[in-house]
Amino acid sequence: MTAPEGSLLSAEGLCKAYGSTMALDGASFSIHPGEVVAVMGPSGSGKSTLLHCLAGIVPPDSGTILYQGRELSAMNDAQRSALRRSEFGFVFQFGQLVPELTCVENVALPLRLNGARRKEAERTALTWMERLEVDDLAKKRPGEVSGGQGQRVAVARSLVTGPRVVFADEPTGALDSLNGERVMELLTDAARTTNAAVVLVTHEARVAAYSDREIVVRDGKSRDMERAV
Amino acid sequence: MSVSRWARDLTMGVRFAVTGGREGWTRATLTAVGVGLGVALLLLTTALPNALSVRHAREAARVDLTFSLDALEKADDTLLVARLDSDFRDRSIRGRALEPEGPRAPLPPGVNTFPAPGEMVVSPALKRLLESDSGKLLRERLPDRITGTIGEAGLIGSSELAYYQGIDGLAQRLDDGNGYIGRIDRFGDPQPGEEPSDPVLLLLILVVFVVLLMPVAVFIAAAVRFGGERRDRRLAALRLVGADGGMARRIAAGEALAGAVLGLVFGAGFFLIGRQLAGNTVVFEVSVFPSYLNPSPVLALLVAVAVPAAAVLVTLFALRGVVIEPLGVVRTSRPTRRRLWWRLLLPVGGLALLVPMTGMGRDNGDFNQYLVTIGVMSLLIGVTALLPWVVEAVVARLGTGGVSWQLAVRRLQLSSGTAARMVNGIAVAVAGAIALQMLFSGVEGDYTNSTGNEVTLAQMEVRLPSHVPVDPAAERLGGTEGVTEAYALAKGWMVDSAHDAESGTTLTVGDCPSLRMVATLPSCEDGDTFYVRGAEYDGDVDVEKMAVPGNTMYLDPSYEGNEEGLQIPWTMPKGMKAAEPRRGLLVGIDRGGFLVTKKAMPAAVAPALDGSVYLRLDESVPDVQDLVRNTAAAIDPLTYPMTWSATERSDRFTAVRTGLFVGAACVLTLIGASLLVSQLEQLRERRKLLSSLVAFGTRRRTLSLSVLWQTAIPVALGLVLATAVGLALGVALLKMTDTPVRVDLGSILAMTGIGGAVVLGVTLLSLPPLLRLMRPEGLRTE
Amino acid sequence: MSIGHTLLGLLESGPRHGYDLKRAFDEKFGHDRPLHYGQVYSTMSRLLKNGLVVVDGVETGGGPERKRYAITDAGITDVQRWLATPEKPEPYLQSTLYTKVVLALLTHRDAADVLDAQRSEHLRSMRMLTDRKRKGDLADQLICDHALFHLEADLRWLELTAARLDKLRETVAP
Repeated sequence: MTAPEGSLLSAEGLCKAYGSTMALDGASFSIHPGEVVAVMGPSGSGKSTLLHCLAGIVPPDSGTILYQGRELSAMNDAQRSALRRSEFGFVFQFGQLVPELTCVENVALPLRLNGARRKEAERTALTWMERLEVDDLAKKRPGEVSGGQGQRVAVARSLVTGPRVVFADEPTGALDSLNGERVMELLTDAARTTNAAVVLVTHEARVAAYSDREIVVRDGKSRDMERAV
Repeated sequence: MSVSRWARDLTMGVRFAVTGGREGWTRATLTAVGVGLGVALLLLTTALPNALSVRHAREAARVDLTFSLDALEKADDTLLVARLDSDFRDRSIRGRALEPEGPRAPLPPGVNTFPAPGEMVVSPALKRLLESDSGKLLRERLPDRITGTIGEAGLIGSSELAYYQGIDGLAQRLDDGNGYIGRIDRFGDPQPGEEPSDPVLLLLILVVFVVLLMPVAVFIAAAVRFGGERRDRRLAALRLVGADGGMARRIAAGEALAGAVLGLVFGAGFFLIGRQLAGNTVVFEVSVFPSYLNPSPVLALLVAVAVPAAAVLVTLFALRGVVIEPLGVVRTSRPTRRRLWWRLLLPVGGLALLVPMTGMGRDNGDFNQYLVTIGVMSLLIGVTALLPWVVEAVVARLGTGGVSWQLAVRRLQLSSGTAARMVNGIAVAVAGAIALQMLFSGVEGDYTNSTGNEVTLAQMEVRLPSHVPVDPAAERLGGTEGVTEAYALAKGWMVDSAHDAESGTTLTVGDCPSLRMVATLPSCEDGDTFYVRGAEYDGDVDVEKMAVPGNTMYLDPSYEGNEEGLQIPWTMPKGMKAAEPRRGLLVGIDRGGFLVTKKAMPAAVAPALDGSVYLRLDESVPDVQDLVRNTAAAIDPLTYPMTWSATERSDRFTAVRTGLFVGAACVLTLIGASLLVSQLEQLRERRKLLSSLVAFGTRRRTLSLSVLWQTAIPVALGLVLATAVGLALGVALLKMTDTPVRVDLGSILAMTGIGGAVVLGVTLLSLPPLLRLMRPEGLRTE
Repeated sequence: MSIGHTLLGLLESGPRHGYDLKRAFDEKFGHDRPLHYGQVYSTMSRLLKNGLVVVDGVETGGGPERKRYAITDAGITDVQRWLATPEKPEPYLQSTLYTKVVLALLTHRDAADVLDAQRSEHLRSMRMLTDRKRKGDLADQLICDHALFHLEADLRWLELTAARLDKLRETVAP
């Protein structure tokens, strides 16, 4: 396949089955640098599976995924892990912060996984926490902060390595609207200033409104609304 | 609080445990397996005294030749027995030759008919060995036709090697068997008295039991707390729908009770399986029949009541610092820092109990069993009290290294109590084992007798019955493959008076090369006679005074109250030479007296002498000892081959040591299993988190390492503490037995090595599930 | 809500008399506000004039004369265009959207496409409002939020309808 002009990450004809359930059935996707794309659709439609495939977490059964011209499915697990460590960032619904590490250690974790020294990693982590207005929580553990604060810490963690693509799976799913919007503002602002692309899986319209465009996944098939019109 | 409310809440808890869906069942099963393993070990322990006494009874029932044998006349109910005990490789074989002298001769236990000459009945294990390829060599020694097997009643273990063979003409040889032949009219020890107990040995056994049972108790306590975090959530949900705090606690206790009762059933099952397995197991030459392992009913009942009760109590105790709120479980006790002082009380108190018994040794009566038990237990329980403090204190100070290290250390900092609880069992077992090993190796000197044989000059001795001529035997033995040198010596006891002699010494007959192995001779020709001056072994006897030509001495004297000896006179010849003692072939046995070359020995003397052939072996020849034994058996079944080793260990001591090894192996396996179970449970609870860590590119190696650290750090701390306490206990016990204190570094390394192996094993076994949990499927929510 | 497009859509399944059309409309869409026959009459003459329908035949009998209308190709294209064009996001849109969805189902078109197009349109509006909100002061924010919540309510209805399309198809076009 040929990737759409100028796209950073693109996919074509993705199929993925879990047992007898077809989670993806010929889905396509593409995203440009600096772009925020919302992936929408009813629950069970295959949104999360699409995200997992695009991020190289789950290999698709068939179809191609190109990241900067490289074929993801041709990489082995170690190479994909390395790619995720250095080029991608992740935000999950419930933060998924490591409960025994302090917040700053959590944010520094991706850097340390990349081999950074502890001091430097935590210094960088702290500047990101400042940008997300949670630097005062540095020494606290995730159990001691609120959901909104924890999610901001998680956003800081997703951005700390300077990723080219941030994958956010229902990042505001566990938050009230005020906190949710703040997290979205901070996430999209930060992504735009670093020219990172954001793949945003959500079922909430007001969250999706922070995107530049949306694609709809239904029954494992994707529909790019911009190109459809 | 009314009984009915208790009953109702407990029942509800039981129902939760069994109707909680798959999760509930998993939890109940885990608990049950854990408790079951503990119960099985407890039952085994309660069955051990019984097993030992059955073994002892079986052994006593088949006793034939005793030192206090009354001389019997031949009758129609008498039986002639010859002892043919032997060895094959590293196994010993109990062998008897039987010759019934009348129709009413007693049959040995487990045997239905007497084997005719040329036939034998064998134990099942010996039969298997003889029929196998590896038993070919032994079959050469025991060529008789196998006509039957010995029943269980005649054996003390399922894998004992034993046989009875038929024989002819034993009556003529009654006198020359060195006490290995006798006439009996019944089997069984006529006075099966208790062996006099040895206080030190009793102390050892007592400590072994305490050391083995303590970790089991710790283990059971840990097992009923499996799945605690999930249970907490369920309890909170119960509070939300209106249960009060007390109810929630009782329901939790009910759940634990269900697991414990199920565990009893499992335990009975495990025990029955283990009992059958025990029949096929040989440990250090000890084997038992499954039927030996019947726990005494009272002790079994005690286990059946105590375990569920303990489960309920432990649960209530574990929940003591916990407030179960409708919206979650709050641990009120967490923020309080663990205090040291009361934790030190236990071990210090334990030591204080033991110290007054210092220096008692074995000559001052029995140790106070209660003081010993309580003292040892407090020391060991002290380990479980100290360990959480040590883990907390050390982990809080651990610096951060790599990511895996950081993850593990942080996790331990948050929940050091859980970690310490997991390791407690290992620590207690290792502390106890180290103390015991120290005690063993310290006391070993007392129980290991020096045989006094010089193993560099000869490695085997074959004793010959009197009627077997020495020289041809020596020639045949010398010609056996693997024998490099054979020295033949005949010895007799010689006194200055035919009756009730005051002083005596030995007469040794042999050729010059053989005699030179016994003493330093000035020169030697056949026909010479020597007397050995100043041999330490002769004690007060002055050999030089006896060595007067013409002086008559008597061989095989008679003593009042005993059978008549042969009383053969021997007159000192002229021209005797003096010889110097040397540390030779017979060092420690008899190295003094008179040495006579063959030509100088009157033929009349021969019947009073016992011949032995000493063999130097080329130990690189495979099975060389068994080749020699085969030759010896071919010369005469009554020859008695002995393999010399520098020391011999007391059999009783071996049994205790064996018990410890078997027990420690069981306990550590058990604890390994519990570590594994809690590890897996913890991993399952963190499945989402693990998947998300993998999502942002964490290497599997990093997470695997962090799992390793998470087990290794507390175990390492536990081992350090266990070593310290074990050493303290060991020193105390050695002081009590009045034995010089020696640190047995080897056993400490061995025990810590085993502990390390457990950690490694647990980590390795938890890796496949970890890798499975780390698969991205864990991220799926819908 | 466009009565002309609705009547056109109803004609797609086959020619009908004016009175039939009114009955079909009332049955499917006019639960609370039935059409007046005069409304049908005037709408049909407008459609006739624009060439979107033709008179298929006239029945004369005892009563008033009855014209039978049929849709033209131009009419079908017009319905198609109408369905594909999302409505301008504004309050109280659901009756129009509902009509569109039902018509799409009746004419065996993909009703989900109608909803997708509308969602996209709504999101476009919401993006603009979100953008304004981010740049504006508190007053702007509050005003934008009000609009956003209304649009979100529409979208929720839309998602719910999308989830129930199969059931709806069974009831309106068995």
